Amino acid sequence: MKRAQFSSPLLPYFLLAPQLAIIFIFFYWPSAQAIQSSFYIEDPFGFGATFVGLENYTTVLGSSEYLRIAQFTLVFTLIVTFLSLSIALVLAVKADAVLTGASTYRSLLMWVYAIAPPVAGLMGIMFFDQHIGPLVDLAALFGWDMRVGVNYYDTAFAMVVIAVWKQIPYNFIFFLSGLQAIPKHLREAAAIDCRSELRRFWTVTLPMLAPTAFFLLIINMTYALFDTFGIIDVVTRNEPANNPLTLVYKVYLDGFRSNDLGGSSAQSVILMIVVLVLTMAQFRFIERRVHYG
Amino acid sequence: MATISLEEVRKIYAGGVEAVKSVSMDIADGEFIVLVGPSGCGKSTLLRMIAGLEEISSGTISIGDRVVNRIDPADRDIAMVFQNYALYPHMSVYNNLAYGLRNRGVPKDEIDRRVKEAARILEIGAFLERKPKALSGGQRQRVAMGRAIVREPAAFLFDEPLSNLDAKLRVQMRVEIKRLQKSLGTTSVYVTHDQLEAMTLADRLVVLNGGAIEQIGDPISVYEQPASTFVASFIGSPAMNLIPVSVRDGRATLDSETAAGGSSLSGPDLGNGTGYTLGVRPEHFVPASERPAGPGDLSLTVTTTVLEPVGAESYLYASIGGDSGATGATVTNSSAAHVVIRVPAAARHQPGEVLSFTATADRLHAFDKTTGKRIPR
Amino acid sequence: MSRFKPLDHLILMLGAFIMIAPVVMAFLTSTHSAVAIHQNGLMLSLGDEFLSTYGKVLTHKGGFTGQVTGMTMLMNSLILGVGFAVGKIILSMLAAYALVYFRLPLASLFFWIIFTTLLLPLEVRILPSYEVVQGLGMLNSYSGLIVPLLASATGTFYFRQFFRSVPEELVEAARIDGAGPVRFFLDILVPTSRTMIAAIFIIMFVYGWNQYLWPTLMTNDEGYYTLVRGIKTILLAWIGSNIPEYNEAFALTILAMLPPVLIVVVFQSWFIKGLTESDK
Repeated sequence: MKRAQFSSPLLPYFLLAPQLAIIFIFFYWPSAQAIQSSFYIEDPFGFGATFVGLENYTTVLGSSEYLRIAQFTLVFTLIVTFLSLSIALVLAVKADAVLTGASTYRSLLMWVYAIAPPVAGLMGIMFFDQHIGPLVDLAALFGWDMRVGVNYYDTAFAMVVIAVWKQIPYNFIFFLSGLQAIPKHLREAAAIDCRSELRRFWTVTLPMLAPTAFFLLIINMTYALFDTFGIIDVVTRNEPANNPLTLVYKVYLDGFRSNDLGGSSAQSVILMIVVLVLTMAQFRFIERRVHYG
Repeated sequence: MATISLEEVRKIYAGGVEAVKSVSMDIADGEFIVLVGPSGCGKSTLLRMIAGLEEISSGTISIGDRVVNRIDPADRDIAMVFQNYALYPHMSVYNNLAYGLRNRGVPKDEIDRRVKEAARILEIGAFLERKPKALSGGQRQRVAMGRAIVREPAAFLFDEPLSNLDAKLRVQMRVEIKRLQKSLGTTSVYVTHDQLEAMTLADRLVVLNGGAIEQIGDPISVYEQPASTFVASFIGSPAMNLIPVSVRDGRATLDSETAAGGSSLSGPDLGNGTGYTLGVRPEHFVPASERPAGPGDLSLTVTTTVLEPVGAESYLYASIGGDSGATGATVTNSSAAHVVIRVPAAARHQPGEVLSFTATADRLHAFDKTTGKRIPR
Repeated sequence: MSRFKPLDHLILMLGAFIMIAPVVMAFLTSTHSAVAIHQNGLMLSLGDEFLSTYGKVLTHKGGFTGQVTGMTMLMNSLILGVGFAVGKIILSMLAAYALVYFRLPLASLFFWIIFTTLLLPLEVRILPSYEVVQGLGMLNSYSGLIVPLLASATGTFYFRQFFRSVPEELVEAARIDGAGPVRFFLDILVPTSRTMIAAIFIIMFVYGWNQYLWPTLMTNDEGYYTLVRGIKTILLAWIGSNIPEYNEAFALTILAMLPPVLIVVVFQSWFIKGLTESDK
């Protein structure tokens, strides 16, 4: 902590006030609302709400559709996280290893970070388009009749490809700066101690990267859970029908399309718990870093 | 210009740690006071309390004839030079110097006059438009000094200002700070852990240990009459030799030696109790061949281990005891059994040589074995 | 260790190709006519319809009501991106300043109130957030677009970390120089944080510009559509037409990514520094 501090009776409260006001109105209030309405069933004609206890939760968790979506979300999250992390790691390690053109590669590989998920999604569906999409033609060469938007698995495949493509740069930036933060003398010591480059990577480089990797793991999981909303919305062309969906999308559908406030809120609360667990893991980890780093 | 006086000043942190324990002292107008001690002795805390950056738990601090306990740092009429200089990174040197004056509403042409004057004194006139980033360590140090000078304060406070400089520059700046302080005549309080810096700069030294004052005095008298084993070992390099001795048969002998007969050390009998800590500075040993021990003198037989030449002289590291090969037992592992002796640069001693030295009675110090306080003689 | 490694370069080039090729192809295709694209698929050459397509996309009124042009959407995106970034920086700098530099009796309570917002993204509370904004009459307004997005602590977290890394002698020197809290903030801390502010501006601008779900819910008046939000309109117009306006869709895609991509590429080093040094 800072030793020297100003002591002023009112000023700090004035400084905090705007931030706190916005947080209370747009964070705590709606979050509380979500939790509250998850215990009520709203009258479809707007005549008040009935307290139903955990009924919304049992309905949601008992619905085979919800469970199918949850299953897809889990698989989607794991695949997207694994692929975007591992591809980014390979690229970062290579970009760190080459001496010439390292900064050029960095620029070329990172800028996709700035593209919004739905924009990436829009580009994606044109590349996967039945008429003009080169990726469909490519798949056809291997005898794969790809029908994104029609076939469930083909659609899921497209979603994964777009989501991974969009996320690689972010992971790449972090992995590269993590690698560059490894002290030079440590690498030199390792080079003297160990002949095999691959072994050096596993025994020295990767452990040093572990904090970055863990941080990215959590970030990527939250990305796959939430930020891919835009990609899914675009790839399904706003017509969810039988297409693969994630849980967040389902919250949105039930809340805004079906006007099932209670059910949507119960789903929100379930998601809150999932994120809470993920973020707590991350916080605990940050704390450890602060203490031992 | 002002006097500074501290009366029973204490600092107790929230956790109950007493960083400063009832310190009282008076600093005369124009005096250069150096607070010296190992890290954690409370010297920086004390300085920061004078500056007003740290609250005072109890006691009073006055600058001039004004009690400043509750007065803001900016209104205490002091200037401070920080260890890392704390220059405002986005301001030019000129603005770094002028900032404090502008905040107090000094007229523009007066600011300009003072900045130019300080720049002239410190020879930083050529860099006035540069940013701190573009300066070398020594130049930044000068700017930090300049920021203090332009304030024309009642007192300068220095918080280890030279410790970020390399050895050569440190010596140079040390001389410069002293010259500057003498010519400006501003009361100064200077914190350092470097005893050499403390010795060379101070009008009076304040040696701090564990939050309390061990000794106050001018450098030479602190060096010659250390008030405790702590001061004795802290001031002076290499440190004073401290040898635990016991009085037997009318003379002091090494604690680790049992039989008086084969003793390799014999020192004065203080006649008060059975033992004390004997202190001798490395430069006060004379070869026994040149000056045989008289009554009350120390005589010592040692076996050399290492000879360390530093140029103008050499330091001989030796263990007390002359016949380690034959009877063994005399040399123990305790540090007390080792001494450092200054010898002429021309000396060519080999490891394992057995030598005898004496130190005259007036060069010997005695300290209480339990309290470490000096025993008056 | 300094040998030239062809395999490494090959992998990196492949990676760069995969990242760049789709966007380049999208751009090249957008310069051809819809009919040509329909017949030949994506293009690898520069067509001659660049000016007419982009001109049309920017100035032609489209959407359901025929009221919104690409130019309007571009402006809205800019307002959202800049407004969000500026709002975030101001709010979070002030809050972080209060948390780091002041003796506050309830400091840790405030800390937790603010930082709990990092736990739950907007997506898990969209419906009630929508209702709050609706209740406040902020639907279809810039403030409704921007302000609810500000209810998160990311910026405060960045600035808190940064302020704590500023040497504390700086505030001490300033206090001795007679600067109070307001003056220290304006004269010393804000200028010292310039690089950090720039980095956070870039990150937040990109974040704001790229918002999709919130603007989708918040705005049904097309006058408030952003480019990214407008994607949806393109989709709806697309479905059911014989020859989809591929060229316009690609042109809008390019326009929607251009400003954030430019800003990230141009200010790359600041952006990376801001992102990686404070996000942990």
